[in-house]
Amino acid sequence: MIKAIVNVSLKAGVLDSQGKAVHHALESLHFNGVKDVRVGKQIVLQLDCDDKKTALADVTKMCEDLLANTVIEDYEIELV
Amino acid sequence: MTKVTILQFPGTNCEYDTQYAFERLGAKTEILWHKADKVPQDTDLLVIAGGFSYGDYLRSGAIARFSPVMKAVEAYAKAGGKVLGICNGFQVLTEAGLLPGALKRNEHLHFLSKHHHLKVINNDNDFLKNLSVGDVVNIPIAHHDGNYFIDADGLKELEENNQILLRYTDANGVEQNPNGSVESIAGICNKQKNIFGLMPHPERAMETILGSDDGVAMLQGFLKA
Repeated sequence: MIKAIVNVSLKAGVLDSQGKAVHHALESLHFNGVKDVRVGKQIVLQLDCDDKKTALADVTKMCEDLLANTVIEDYEIELV
Repeated sequence: MTKVTILQFPGTNCEYDTQYAFERLGAKTEILWHKADKVPQDTDLLVIAGGFSYGDYLRSGAIARFSPVMKAVEAYAKAGGKVLGICNGFQVLTEAGLLPGALKRNEHLHFLSKHHHLKVINNDNDFLKNLSVGDVVNIPIAHHDGNYFIDADGLKELEENNQILLRYTDANGVEQNPNGSVESIAGICNKQKNIFGLMPHPERAMETILGSDDGVAMLQGFLKA
């Protein structure tokens, strides 16, 4: 069994309004050392598969087809 | 008589408004559940109505685009059939890759529900042919994810092919952006001008007593003469 952790976030050039709002909120709480905030989402998958190479190929396809909208989002896959 | 087929997913909530609007204009309508595997043959216009298909889970429209009926919709659209996506329908069309770009969370993160003015940018298409370029219409908007995004190359292509249908403006036609959309874009079409998508709800602007009937001239464009 392999666990895949997928992190989806808005691409670098795409304005992240939620990240900006969180940044403002942190500043209003006097956390002044924060340079930038990006909000994303994490999707955790339990895979019925033992081969990391297959798992990576499968999850990549899942990201391209459904989990991320690659027009505006990037994704990172971590297998554990 | 024009036949309008209206898609219904779990969570769609504008199908009956859309039905009312087109029947008021003299069309016959059919509501098509998302498990259907084909588009009725006599369909002149297929509408993907507004709402919150699949609870907007993952991303608005992301799950609906894999509904069984969407394969038939893609085939219908690619064969030149006319498709109109309103609000959530617009989101479904961008998720399906049938229209370029994507719809993000509104820039100020608020759900917007109000009337907004829109200016006609291009009318060389079925949808807006009854209006003139520069006309300002008053149409309700109701969305959380209506912030249209497209990259610079995509935007250039939209402009060059007259694919931008409507922009958000004030009552005088001066650009006014409620949600952060690139270039205040409220609606677009594909290059072939048979697939249309917009965030505002023309089907909710059919009666002056309810604030505006500016949707009549828009939707009428789809009716056979």
